[in-house]
Amino acid sequence: MTAANTAVPLLEARALSFQRQDEPVFAPLDFRLHAGELALIEGDNGSGKTTLMRILAGLLHVSDGELRWRGEPLQRDRCAGEILFLGHQLGLKADLSPRENLHMAAGLNGSREGMSAAAVLTEIGLGGYEDEPVRRLSAGQKKRAALARLLLLPATLWLLDEPFANLDRIGIALVNQLLEMHTARGGAAMVTSHGAVSFHGGEPQRIRMHD
Amino acid sequence: MNRPGLLTACAAMLRRDLTLAWRRRGDIAMPVLYALIVTMLFPFALGPEDTLLQRIAGGVVLVTVLLAMLLALDAMFSSDIEDGSLEQLVLAPQPLALMLGMKILAHWLTTALPLIVIAPLLAGMLHLPGAVIPVLLLALLLATPLLSLLGAVLVALTAGTRRSGMLLALMLLPLCVPAVIFAAGAVAAAQQGLPWLAPIAWLGAALVLAVVLAPLACAAALRIALDA
Repeated sequence: MTAANTAVPLLEARALSFQRQDEPVFAPLDFRLHAGELALIEGDNGSGKTTLMRILAGLLHVSDGELRWRGEPLQRDRCAGEILFLGHQLGLKADLSPRENLHMAAGLNGSREGMSAAAVLTEIGLGGYEDEPVRRLSAGQKKRAALARLLLLPATLWLLDEPFANLDRIGIALVNQLLEMHTARGGAAMVTSHGAVSFHGGEPQRIRMHD
Repeated sequence: MNRPGLLTACAAMLRRDLTLAWRRRGDIAMPVLYALIVTMLFPFALGPEDTLLQRIAGGVVLVTVLLAMLLALDAMFSSDIEDGSLEQLVLAPQPLALMLGMKILAHWLTTALPLIVIAPLLAGMLHLPGAVIPVLLLALLLATPLLSLLGAVLVALTAGTRRSGMLLALMLLPLCVPAVIFAAGAVAAAQQGLPWLAPIAWLGAALVLAVVLAPLACAAALRIALDA
């Protein structure tokens, strides 16, 4: 990956830190994420993994340090739609079906060439549940309905906060497969999780969070 | 990769919120039922004198409709914050203010419009002269979106706090006083055969200002709420 490392990184953090009420949530972080790379964010409960994810997504603002997107300071309108964030709250409307939820996401963000909501839902393992209200789905199925956005929306960087939570073994394999596919076509992903990632496209970068 | 246009995004947003409202039809019926009951109780409490009811009819209908709208205001952004839809909306490439404007429009369509539709019935129950009803409807058509927009800003400002309902009502009441004064003023003037266009024009001016500024304020307030 030496060739990739000389290129401009997709996302770069320089001495990034975040303070909540003057208390640092995590120690200054430095990392570079290139296109085609996967980064695992590791750390104990409460070490600031989710906070880091929310900062990278642009929901929280950086306290100190710098974030650069394709070599330039990260600004919301410059990377809008290129970053896909999937947090603990799945962003699904309980009264709508997975299909309607996907239509909404695609209406805002657009969709990949040749992808349709129906095909994506079948691929993610929700065939037969497309028109069931999300309220009636199990926790794992809800997670899958949210993960379907990964397949449909044209984002470059995926920020996945605990994508394996609530998933069964097939679901976990599916997420790993999605990550592999995404990095192979030049996307990048950052994932927080405790194990469960088995990435075949080279050794993932590990970002260790310290208190 | 094809980015959807603003119109597509607006349509998707509007359709989603209207579908959601339709799935919960009972919630739409609530304010309407409330307004019906309140207006129906006035003749019982005050006695069925035509002259008295006619004099208060315009004011009663206006205040009842505005209060009924308050019932549903609280829920404007709360479910979106709880299930994370708002985060997705903030991160979408579309301007947040415009998307929130669509949400406010959907909210107005589902709460205020049914109230405006039954307003002639409410006015009729209080013997408001038929000739005044168009003025009342015009006043409502301008005053209710104004209230929706002002309310949305306050809902967004109190979004981070728990049990914001009480705070919301306290903050909103002084803001809707001008709307009530001008709307009721127009109806009263029409009832006395005086020119009623001036107060309506004031309402219109306030509405134009709110349409432009309120979504921007909402977007800023919700960004701050998420950033905490």
